Amino acid sequence: MSSGVSITMSDAAEVLKGSGAAGEALEVRGVFKSFGGLKAVQDFRLSLPPAALYGLIGPNGAGKTTCFNLLTGVYRPDQGEITLGGKSLIGLRPSQIAFTGLARTFQNIRLFGELSVFENVKLACHLRTTHSLAGVIFRSGWQRAEEAAIRERARALLQVFRLHDRMDESARNLPYGDQRRLEIARALATGPKVLLLDEPAAGMNPQEKKDLRKLIREVRDVFGVSILMIEHDMGVVMDLCERITVLDYGVPIAEGTPHEIQKNPKVIEAYLGKE
Amino acid sequence: MDTLLQTLKDALTIGSLYALIALGYTMVYGILKFINFAHSDIVVLGGWLSLVIATKLLVWLGVDLSAGGAAAWWVGPIVLTLAMACCGLIGFTIERLAYKPLRGAPRLNVLITAIGVSLFLQNSGQLRFLFGTSPRKIPSLISDATLFSIGDVQVRLLDLVVIGTAVTLMLALEYLVFHTKIGRAMRAVSYDVRTAGLMGIPVDRVISFTFILGSSLAAAGGFLWALNFSVIKQPADTSWVLLGLKAFVAAVVGGIGNVRGAMLGGLAIGLLEGFGSTYVNPALRDVYVFAALILVLLVKPGGILGKAVVEKV
Amino acid sequence: MASLQDRAKLVPQSPLAAAWRVFWPLALALVVGVLMQHQVRTNIDAYSSKQILDIGIAIILAVSLTIVNGFTGQFSIGHAGFLAVGGYVAGSITYYGSFALFGSASATLGTMSGLYGAKADAAFLTGGEGLFLFALLAGGLVSALLGVVVGLPSLRLRGDYLAIVTLGFGEIVRVLIQQTPQVLMSKEAIAAAKPLSVPLSVGGSLGFGNVPKYTSLFWVYAAVVLTLIFAYRLKQSSTGRAMLSIREDEIAAEAMGVKTTYYKVWGFVIAAFFAGIAGGLYAHTIGISLSPVDAGFQKSFDIIIMVVLGGLGSISGAAIAAAIVTYLPELLRTPDTLMKFAIVGVPMLVVGASLLAMAGKPARKSPEKKRGHDPRAFPRFVIGLGVIITGLSLLAFLAKRFGIDLGDYRLILFALALIIMMITRPQGLLGVREVWDGALYRPVRDFFTARRHKGGTA
Repeated sequence: MSSGVSITMSDAAEVLKGSGAAGEALEVRGVFKSFGGLKAVQDFRLSLPPAALYGLIGPNGAGKTTCFNLLTGVYRPDQGEITLGGKSLIGLRPSQIAFTGLARTFQNIRLFGELSVFENVKLACHLRTTHSLAGVIFRSGWQRAEEAAIRERARALLQVFRLHDRMDESARNLPYGDQRRLEIARALATGPKVLLLDEPAAGMNPQEKKDLRKLIREVRDVFGVSILMIEHDMGVVMDLCERITVLDYGVPIAEGTPHEIQKNPKVIEAYLGKE
Repeated sequence: MDTLLQTLKDALTIGSLYALIALGYTMVYGILKFINFAHSDIVVLGGWLSLVIATKLLVWLGVDLSAGGAAAWWVGPIVLTLAMACCGLIGFTIERLAYKPLRGAPRLNVLITAIGVSLFLQNSGQLRFLFGTSPRKIPSLISDATLFSIGDVQVRLLDLVVIGTAVTLMLALEYLVFHTKIGRAMRAVSYDVRTAGLMGIPVDRVISFTFILGSSLAAAGGFLWALNFSVIKQPADTSWVLLGLKAFVAAVVGGIGNVRGAMLGGLAIGLLEGFGSTYVNPALRDVYVFAALILVLLVKPGGILGKAVVEKV
Repeated sequence: MASLQDRAKLVPQSPLAAAWRVFWPLALALVVGVLMQHQVRTNIDAYSSKQILDIGIAIILAVSLTIVNGFTGQFSIGHAGFLAVGGYVAGSITYYGSFALFGSASATLGTMSGLYGAKADAAFLTGGEGLFLFALLAGGLVSALLGVVVGLPSLRLRGDYLAIVTLGFGEIVRVLIQQTPQVLMSKEAIAAAKPLSVPLSVGGSLGFGNVPKYTSLFWVYAAVVLTLIFAYRLKQSSTGRAMLSIREDEIAAEAMGVKTTYYKVWGFVIAAFFAGIAGGLYAHTIGISLSPVDAGFQKSFDIIIMVVLGGLGSISGAAIAAAIVTYLPELLRTPDTLMKFAIVGVPMLVVGASLLAMAGKPARKSPEKKRGHDPRAFPRFVIGLGVIITGLSLLAFLAKRFGIDLGDYRLILFALALIIMMITRPQGLLGVREVWDGALYRPVRDFFTARRHKGGTA
């Protein structure tokens, strides 16, 4: 991915505008989750302001993806509060949470493999449009208008993410790096206010990581979404994230700027073990 | 009181047969995480093979039942053993040919393959040169004279043999699964296939062994069923499929993947069907069983002894 | 998203165009129906005409099953239950309705009803024919309602478990139908019976054969056209995409805002509706007597074979497979015709093999390989097809030689085909694609354009 992207992205942002007031804060307080006897997450807290770029890191098995699952409604917290723009997300189904404005990508990429790249992104526009069975049966004017809007929106996003020339290919045929980009594009198509990225740089080579860093920063700048990122690559995390929360065994052990985190003895111990 | 005892006796008989067959379903599900649709057809095969073997054996021994002769006590066990061995082999072959190539495939594909195997077995069994399309009567290998009565309920030697054989086989299996090395291997594979493989367990052989075991038990179930009801219907008949389905429900109700659960479930379904038929409406006996299935799946999908599995996101 | 006015501006509107979009499917259905009704019978013998009718009903069934199994990925194997319910409801309405309206249950054929072009007693849709149409729709609707009932457990269950529950449902329907009272044969009997029991008197295990025989090529093929157009529109729409995404990855679909529970139930409802219509058509066909077995798993498996063969999620695949599966038993019974297939099969093998040789081995880093194209896909497909056709003719030859009647082996052959297909080509004929999809021609295109890069590292 080379430069010249910024212009097209603003165009895309124009097309995507109107999905509700951008910029809402995600507040998480005192969230606990146990699976039987296993305490997966304890007292998870987070304050994500609009258009922020934060990180969530920790050793393997620390519970980071579980936190994402709690935020997106896959699991229900045993206790605690999760609110987006003041509205509580607890007890909502994942589809409802997506509608409220929280979108995500997955640690093991979950694209719709048999569907084309285009269809993957078009699908994500579904929740912002209205549908009726009569519309389908009779191909009403309304339904065709909705379809056209979806097509245009999806096309714009694909152009921005440089996936436009692969539009009709099956998603599973894409090379790995492109699949990750597609997942991000798809998540953006839902018109979110907050974007959760689960290990977006996994499996990428240094050049791809460099492009990804640029992409993520631009997504935040142009679309105005706030981003919370799980990532293992410290280079990416330290470069991009404004603030970082560190989890260890399900417990947040530190929170602060990259600089503070790097110096924090508890963090060092969690990653490297006691001296 | 007598109706109660009669119902109880019938329910226990059928329940123990359901349990035997359910074990095959539950073991395969525990190891490979899929429902072997073709399992009920092995039961059918077991029943029909027993019929054919018994008939031929009696002829070879020169015993003529219609002229008042009786089969020696050891004929039954020989027929049973032969039937179990044959079906074990067939189960092994099916696994190698049809299921092994699909080890990594989506569950749906394996399900469809299992349906295909089931259809194949059913319809092959009905071929003229195999078992044909009419019901036949199995030679009575155990006398059905009354041994003793409790009230008006007659207990025959046959009843004792059927329930006794079923219980013995189940106890043998319990011992095998929980007190032997191969049993431990089976349990390990059912928890986590990959890790078991990494620990040095020969996964393929354990899987094959499980199929052989399940198929032999199915054959035993078919044999006992044939003995108990004396007339057996042709291979593609509805009653066999229903038998298989109900045994599967028994496995689910008890907790699929759980060996003791299958035994418990078999008993439970046998009792449910028996008492439902006697005291509510005999025509709806199948409906009770399916209703139980739906209830269990909606309320406690893990079954009585099982636990729910959470999918990793 | 942009406002409605903005969106509306993107698409040129005209009320005439909107009306046309509603009207043309109906018009096409009528035209095709009339053509089939009049042309087929005059040019083809009665037996084959009935075959063609059967194929039509099979197509509707297969397409309906692919909507729930293929689109939403909910594996339902009790589909025959919906067929039976639709058939019995429609049959009951026509039968008892005829008594109520016309005094007897003999068919008062309209101009478009009756399989073999019998003389019409009344004009189109008046008299019995109108009742028939009403009964068909009613049967479909009742089936659709039942689809809700069956769909609900699907919300908590996945894969294998759901399959078993749907199978159980089919069996429950069968058992319940078996309990129904005898068919009432005369006006006096109907008057004497309890009013509520009248529509339910559909014969139980003895079957329900007295349904007036209104089904004709017109009705069947008009329904086929409408079903195909509907299925196509569904698949193209946002709703269809949502359903397909559920099949692909339910968790991701939910995360992208798709209300999975809603669409899963809708899948069942729509599928049940069309299966019910097919059932109604089936019930009114000459020579058919509805029986509880029609709700059982054997019938369900027949439909499943069609859908799996055609490709789960492919409308055209389901239609083609339905035709093949319905017609194949005929072919199997005439080994002479089947042997002639070798004329097509063997050349296909030869051509396919030479194409494969010509394609050569694409270099490891060729641009095609990078984009997931394989120029050898097309030759492989040709060889595969050639093997099947040649295999069938070989089978026919052997059957003739040893005096075996292949018809007996129909189900065994289908079962083997299912197993082999799952191992070698699980996506069936077309996978989730359609005959008219560009993607299907890609292997062909790749093959011909790849020759430029043959052996190179491009």
